[in-house]
Amino acid sequence: MSQIKNVSRRGFLKTLGFGSGALVLGVQFSALLPIPKVLAQGLASSTTNASSFKPNVYLTINPDNSVAVVVHRSEMGQGVRTSIPMIVADELEADWQHIQVIQGLGDKKYGSQNTDGSRSIRHFYQPLREAGASARMMLEQAAAKLWQVPVNECNAIKNHVQHSKSDKIVAFGDLVEIASSLAVPDKDALILKHKKDFRFIGKSNVPLVDGKDIVTGNTIFGFDVDLPNMRYAVIARPPVLAGKVKSFNTDKAKKIKGVIDIVQLDDLIEPAVFKPLGGIAVIATNTWAAMQGRDALEIEWQAGEHASYNSQSYKQALAKSCDNPTAILRQKGDVNAALKQANKVISADYYVPQLIHVPMEPPAATAHFHDGSFDIWACTQTPQSAQSTVAQATGIAPEKVNINVTLLGGGFGRKSKPDFVVEAAILSQKLNVPIKVLWTREDEIRNGYYHAVSYQKLSAGLDDANKVTAWKHTEAAPTISATFSKGADTIGFEAGLGLIDMPYDIANVYCGAGKAKAHTRIGWMRSVTNINQAFAVCSFADELAAASKSDSKDYLLSLLGENRHIDINKEQAEYGNYGETLTKFPLDTARFKNVLTKVSNMANWQQSKLGKLANGHALGIAVHRSFVSYVATVVEVSTDAQGKIKLERIYMCVDCGTAVNPERIKSQMEGAAIFGISLAFYGEVSAKNGVIEQGNFDDYPIARMNEVPPIDVQVISSDAPPGGVGEPGVPPIAPAICNAIFAATGKRYRELPLNQYGIV
Amino acid sequence: MISLMINGKAHQYNDDENMPLLWVLRDILKYTGTKYGCGKGLCGACTVHLDGQPIRSCTMPVSAIGSQKITTIEGLATNGEHALQQAWQQLNVPQCGYCQSGQLMSAAALLAQTPKPTEQEIDLAMSGNLCRCGTYNRIKAGIQLAAGMPVTSFNVEALTVDDQTIDKLASDATAKGANS
Repeated sequence: MSQIKNVSRRGFLKTLGFGSGALVLGVQFSALLPIPKVLAQGLASSTTNASSFKPNVYLTINPDNSVAVVVHRSEMGQGVRTSIPMIVADELEADWQHIQVIQGLGDKKYGSQNTDGSRSIRHFYQPLREAGASARMMLEQAAAKLWQVPVNECNAIKNHVQHSKSDKIVAFGDLVEIASSLAVPDKDALILKHKKDFRFIGKSNVPLVDGKDIVTGNTIFGFDVDLPNMRYAVIARPPVLAGKVKSFNTDKAKKIKGVIDIVQLDDLIEPAVFKPLGGIAVIATNTWAAMQGRDALEIEWQAGEHASYNSQSYKQALAKSCDNPTAILRQKGDVNAALKQANKVISADYYVPQLIHVPMEPPAATAHFHDGSFDIWACTQTPQSAQSTVAQATGIAPEKVNINVTLLGGGFGRKSKPDFVVEAAILSQKLNVPIKVLWTREDEIRNGYYHAVSYQKLSAGLDDANKVTAWKHTEAAPTISATFSKGADTIGFEAGLGLIDMPYDIANVYCGAGKAKAHTRIGWMRSVTNINQAFAVCSFADELAAASKSDSKDYLLSLLGENRHIDINKEQAEYGNYGETLTKFPLDTARFKNVLTKVSNMANWQQSKLGKLANGHALGIAVHRSFVSYVATVVEVSTDAQGKIKLERIYMCVDCGTAVNPERIKSQMEGAAIFGISLAFYGEVSAKNGVIEQGNFDDYPIARMNEVPPIDVQVISSDAPPGGVGEPGVPPIAPAICNAIFAATGKRYRELPLNQYGIV
Repeated sequence: MISLMINGKAHQYNDDENMPLLWVLRDILKYTGTKYGCGKGLCGACTVHLDGQPIRSCTMPVSAIGSQKITTIEGLATNGEHALQQAWQQLNVPQCGYCQSGQLMSAAALLAQTPKPTEQEIDLAMSGNLCRCGTYNRIKAGIQLAAGMPVTSFNVEALTVDDQTIDKLASDATAKGANS
């Protein structure tokens, strides 16, 4: 994906921002219709003229000195529309004031655009540096050619090239023509900047690219797209997964002013993948009329097999399944023998319910089918799979499906499933008008892709010196694979997200999984199964510390053991390591211990006694590695006379390797802490007869300002390759909260959410 | 026919008078800065001002507006010069940005009423505005900064966004069209 080609010699069309096909379509489209703002953003920048210098797909330098950087990943609050240009601008030696940010259309030429898995910087730091460096070197060569001097006397600095042996200086824009005629340097010949010369990377002085638009209400999210003659659609979807429409009556709905059309969608046939759920769509002249029309529909549903799903009995079934593991996920030594020989055996069960994303903007997509092609605008995390899924569902070739990515009003994994984009495409194709499909909050909560409910059982054996000699961990949870392969009933890759990669130095280890049938679309949500697995592992470690009457932090340090790289693949595990090699991203106990020690210092842990502080407050600690980054957190709590818990402060220390945009890393940690508070306090989506029981923020609450304490974040400065940032802050929060509550009250909460106990 | 005064501009509306103001603003009159989040007055994303008072436009039928003047995020200031909008940029408050229109409108109403709010008054005024990204502490800091008060909830020094750099870069970027 980092292969760099000089496409600027291939002719006029291909020099333009989006690649030839897309641009031609864009121009035709703009001739037909007023240009929507999101499209105009793209066009404005792609009206670079034929003499622009375009050394690779991410970058165009124009004769007016402007530098257009394509951000091919989706912006959902993680700051990628700021961080990617920082990397390119730095290596290019561009001036920030000359940077223009272009949102890339869905196109495989950019490499993966699937903005999840905390991968944007992890995967593209190097390619983007190379893209910038390559262009910089070509501009230096162009100046050398212009001045007829050796290239090593020409240095790019702040959008210019200077001659070191004279006072000659030339702007990038004036080098565009010569640079376009040069060969792209070989990758081996690229000279990347030295860290000490970075202008943007690792600095916290860059304002958000979209900051001003956001505070003036001038942004375009998926909900905000507007096209001439556009209709608004809301859909009544089956309340039970894969349910069907048995019969329906539209008489009352058609009488609602503004309702134009009512369309039955095909029933879903599992596996669900990213297919629409089916149901009845109401098309209207505005959202309100569509919603009123939907309320007036009379539909009789046929529920199907998943009507057997009841959260209460399902929980008992999961607990039972943990006792009958059918998959061995990791095994070392003889855990059963070691448990028998142990001086003390500690056992505990943990339960985390089904969860849902609730981005503030629910899913929304606008599709316009015309002249055999689709123009689509959507708040999608994954324009490429939106493109392929729409193509598959509509029979239109993928290259005729143009996916424009709007800003996302939060994503958290929900918007990496493009079912809502397909709904809009199918309706527009059928009705031949632009259609905007909007999901209400109830739709988002009741018809989502759920974070899997999970039941976990842990046992540990301690010898007479309180050293852990055995660790047994079994889990039963429905698997994400069931969404893609009907009937899949055992977790697989999910175990690599916090279960099998348990880093403690223990001689006998067993990890296993029992079966669990999926009854909803199981999806991934910010940090995925790290949420439940870190909750269990980090809570249980604290239980072992308590059983040993030890300081939790010291106990964790001793559990982690000697500084070493762990290879759990030698212990009958298949560890995915987030798609990375263990050579590049080892499971490194030294880094665990480093963040643990640093966060303890931030929180003045040494002043606590068994977690208790002199002022009556108490501290809880947890450390976890996910998405190849390490995060340790300390939560400080107090209790009142009624037994209510108050969060007083949260401390976080993150080691994500090279920190490209430390300010956004901090903001991601702050947000992750609050995400963790929400799920620990309130997170529960339950089902009765297959129907989701919650529907809005009244019965699926998230944390509010008055519940959130100050959050202190320390970002480790490191030369290790960049790891994930968006997700790794979430997993340690819930266990650290529960560990702090234990320190404060002596009560151990093993089932979330905490609001069921009346303590929050 | 209903007459609406929005951000100082008169509009005529001639559709379902039960339609909540939110959808009139967004779908009919194309003021899309005001956001939908819940439809039940639970999240505050749709907050606008009626005669300076913050209300949830998703549950307010347009027929109930009467002669009250409506202010949306687009009309909070002419070019983002409201002290809160400045503070928001200075502290890089937003993450995804979706809830921030509502946050700013609630905060602006608070400061208009209480120019120097206590932390408790901020919590009280802002707890109806949800942010799933989790920007609450920066929002609180932004309000305190805009009010010229000490920032209590957020370590501003730890956030080393440099004021001068921001002012310069933000204005340059805007001038160059990077933001539009």
